[in-house]
Amino acid sequence: MSRVRADEEEYWHSSKFRAFTFDDEDDELSQLKESKRAVNSLWDIVDDDDDDLERVSWSGEPVGSISWSIKETASGSTSSLDGRDSSVQKGSSSYAALPKQASSYSLSSLFKGRNKLPSFQSLSDALSDSGVKNYAPELRRPRAEYKDYSSDWSPKDTVRRMQRGKVCSLERFRSLQDKLVLLDEAVAGHDGNVITAVLIFLKRTLRREILFRELEVRQVALCHLIHFLRETGEQKFLLDLLRFLDRTEEVALSQYREHLNIQDVEKRREFLKGCIGLPFSAEDTSHIQDHYTLLERQIIIEANDRHLEMAGQSELFRKYPRKASILNMPLVTTLFYSCFYHYTEAEGMFSSPANLKKTFKIPDKQYVLTALAARAKLRAWGDVDALLTTKNWLGYTKKKAPIGFHRVVEILQRNSAPVQVLQEYVRLVEDVETRLNLATKYKCHDVVIETYRDLKDRIQLTAYKCKVERGSADEEKINSILNN
Amino acid sequence: RCPFPQAIVWDEYLTGPFGLIAQYSLLKEHEVEKMFTLKPGRLPPADVKNIIFFVRPKLELMDIITDNVLREDRGRSPQRDFHILFVPRRSLLCEQWLKEQGVLGSFIHREQYSLDLIPFDGDLLSMESESAFKECYLESDQTSLYHAAKGLMTLQALYGTIPQIFGKGDCARHVANMMIRMKREFPGSQNSIFPVFDTLLLLDRNVDLLTPLATQLTYEGLIDEIYGIQNTYVKLPPEKFAPKKQGEGGKDLPTEPKKLQLNSAEELYAEIRDKNFNAVGSVLSKKAKIISAAFEERHHAKTVGEIKQFVSQLPHMQAARSSLANHTSIAELIKDITTSEDFFDNLTVEQEFMSGIDTDKVNNYIEDCIAQKHPLIKILRLVCLQSVCNSGLKQKVLDHYKREILQTYGYEHILTLNNLEKAGLLKPQTGGRNNYPTIRKTLRLWMDDVNEQNPNDISYVYSGYAPLSVRLAQLLARPGWRSIEEVLKMLPGPHFEERQQLPTGLQKKRQHGENRVTLVFFLGGVTYAEIAALRFLSQMEDGGTEYVIATTKLINGTTWIKSLMEKLEPAPF
Repeated sequence: MSRVRADEEEYWHSSKFRAFTFDDEDDELSQLKESKRAVNSLWDIVDDDDDDLERVSWSGEPVGSISWSIKETASGSTSSLDGRDSSVQKGSSSYAALPKQASSYSLSSLFKGRNKLPSFQSLSDALSDSGVKNYAPELRRPRAEYKDYSSDWSPKDTVRRMQRGKVCSLERFRSLQDKLVLLDEAVAGHDGNVITAVLIFLKRTLRREILFRELEVRQVALCHLIHFLRETGEQKFLLDLLRFLDRTEEVALSQYREHLNIQDVEKRREFLKGCIGLPFSAEDTSHIQDHYTLLERQIIIEANDRHLEMAGQSELFRKYPRKASILNMPLVTTLFYSCFYHYTEAEGMFSSPANLKKTFKIPDKQYVLTALAARAKLRAWGDVDALLTTKNWLGYTKKKAPIGFHRVVEILQRNSAPVQVLQEYVRLVEDVETRLNLATKYKCHDVVIETYRDLKDRIQLTAYKCKVERGSADEEKINSILNN
Repeated sequence: RCPFPQAIVWDEYLTGPFGLIAQYSLLKEHEVEKMFTLKPGRLPPADVKNIIFFVRPKLELMDIITDNVLREDRGRSPQRDFHILFVPRRSLLCEQWLKEQGVLGSFIHREQYSLDLIPFDGDLLSMESESAFKECYLESDQTSLYHAAKGLMTLQALYGTIPQIFGKGDCARHVANMMIRMKREFPGSQNSIFPVFDTLLLLDRNVDLLTPLATQLTYEGLIDEIYGIQNTYVKLPPEKFAPKKQGEGGKDLPTEPKKLQLNSAEELYAEIRDKNFNAVGSVLSKKAKIISAAFEERHHAKTVGEIKQFVSQLPHMQAARSSLANHTSIAELIKDITTSEDFFDNLTVEQEFMSGIDTDKVNNYIEDCIAQKHPLIKILRLVCLQSVCNSGLKQKVLDHYKREILQTYGYEHILTLNNLEKAGLLKPQTGGRNNYPTIRKTLRLWMDDVNEQNPNDISYVYSGYAPLSVRLAQLLARPGWRSIEEVLKMLPGPHFEERQQLPTGLQKKRQHGENRVTLVFFLGGVTYAEIAALRFLSQMEDGGTEYVIATTKLINGTTWIKSLMEKLEPAPF
């Protein structure tokens, strides 16, 4: 690891020569700008708006690498996850080894703006508490050194250079005002890469409330920051920002999105439970609630069924082993599963179809469709019949299909139902033409014959004779009709 | 650039576009020894000094690179140096990410390869930036517009300043602004090249959300809808391409998909690509007759001279024959699908919506498709189409669709539905007003008497629907947008005109009958059917305008909707 880091330092130092051009800087101008910068930094001290961080993350002279290493230490001490060696020593040694060029590269500090740990706050605390200023006195650089560093580009030039892929120091933009001018320039350039770079810098050097406040009136920059936070997964910061902006629905969705990253179902369920109270739109709220309830059910069903399957007691599970777990499946799939394995259960059982139907207010149409598919797959034609039969208050029974009988026929046919079963439903298709089509297609001769008889269509009926088997009951039937 | 033998590790997505501009042999001349595809794990051994990563600036790719670098055996000798080449641009965000992973320092060089506009055909340029639409309209990230403007500046440096710029939409406005600004900031950009283009038309995709949602019905459009054309290549099921010779080892059918390149360099393809699919069959059979007649010639060749002439034509004839064989097979494959019941039903519903029938209630076919769990993207395309053709759905209808989709495909798709809503594709009707009928009538978007065989209007590309975007281009050329001010106001975003001054010497004096050339830039993507429609306008005898097309990405409804969907699976590592 330290090897890599050394390489890294080396890169920065050597890269400087490529990154900056020497010849296009006017000496007097740079002096002027230097003094202006001094004034600016004075203003900086007066202005409480600026974050403490700002004062340490200056760069430009060898000592800069100390402030560098301090940060590294700070992050190292807050976390051992990082796996980095304590870097004070390393930092100073690398400084010793490379005394001259040490820090003119300032974009490096831009890159490390983000601390991966949630302890962002504690990092900056640690920095300000330790009185960093003492470690990092503002030394005057040797003139020659200074020249190539201080290419004192205006915000506009800085942005333009960055657009051309050149490295540029942002550290010299110290006052809030300068930073905002820089940001506005970047936005005016429309180059997302540069806008993001500036935002990373601002995010690191401005206090949150100030950053948020300023971004609120800079919508383009704001969008870029939101996108950036989403990409890098800085969920907490993002949520803070959205909350500040009062974009409550986005906060809710953004938080909800997180559940996709949780693999453990129990944890996911807990997480979803927490999402229910979030400020979704009215419509979405009920969906989120359903999502939670569904997963809760699935966990119960899964535990139960896995047990059943393992025990090998249930014939159903032995005959039709489950292809996959039911966890995280959509509602309709769950209903199908329940109609397949738990059809006969009473409504009181969580795994029963009736219970699912009631809990999730599944419309009749959807329910019949799903149940039909499940029962047909098991070739439980009796259940199919019962599903489509309704009793009126006089006790008469009647066949009814909210999805239309042509769909019933399709589903049954797909599950290779025998002709006897099929034709019972083909007969119930209301539209005559559809009925004839289906009956002909699936060879429900009875239905075809009867339909032509009712239509009194002798010609078609005669023609149909060649489609039925010679000497069969069907042929006889046609003959007897034709003779009448 | 690197003097030592090198290996390139490719982001697979880039190999397509790069394949269009450089051959492997060319790279080989530049001491490229090996090429790998970017994937997690240890890099394959290769005796090279330099390893160069060619990647798009994407965080998930950075993670893979990090993995590669960290697993590199540090003890090996010679040690390999790493370089990274971002296409089309260096990204500070990505570099920061690499830095956080502690590997940034491992890269000796980090450079960018600016690949703004890639030529796809004689009249077609694309940036192949697949997320441009999403970035512009969902995330308000205008980086791709910046690249578009830069690409246009490069184009102007090569082909002269374009004197007139027209545009419609917010993004168009941005691009025009950036171009003007760039021109001001680089005074040296004033060039002395005689302008090739007379007009630039910038069009926002969100001005016309409808067109990509409909199923394209040109030959090329259908190939793309069904098999997906990527960087001019298409992969097809191999069955229909089985070698005819039964003798040689002919035991089983090839299992590898057949890969074909499709562009206008192929004579036959150039002729049929933009035709309505229903007109392709007759062309193919005519061609077949011509070719077999040509082969018959050999029986009539009597003298040595005649035979020699016949033989000299053979290579060309062979090529024509294999081209014909390929396209006949493709046409057969497509026909299997276009003649299916479901394709027909789907098309019927699309056409009903586009001609304004029953757009305000829940559609039975869509419901059936959901019940049968057809692919979600298909459902979303239809529902969005209905929403666009109704200027938004009634709240009750929208809620119904939403619930059905979530219950059948999973609640997590609520995120995708939200994205579609943000992009304006799926939304509740506001103000209770449906502007679409007015737009449809004024722009003549629906033509009842469409001629697919010998078209006289662009509506042939969708068998009745004339793509709105292309209508705008057509009306701009003649009689001008002033005639449709009212409709332009109904479509989102501003419309505008800018002029770029040319030095007097470069101003064009038009010969009588000479065509004007317009560059149409689609910001957010363009479909093959729209391209076909523009080519059709170019070829019209009294058209007076030729079109060259540029875009951020070649899209179809499926790839487009997909780019807007929330990625639901967590990254594989």
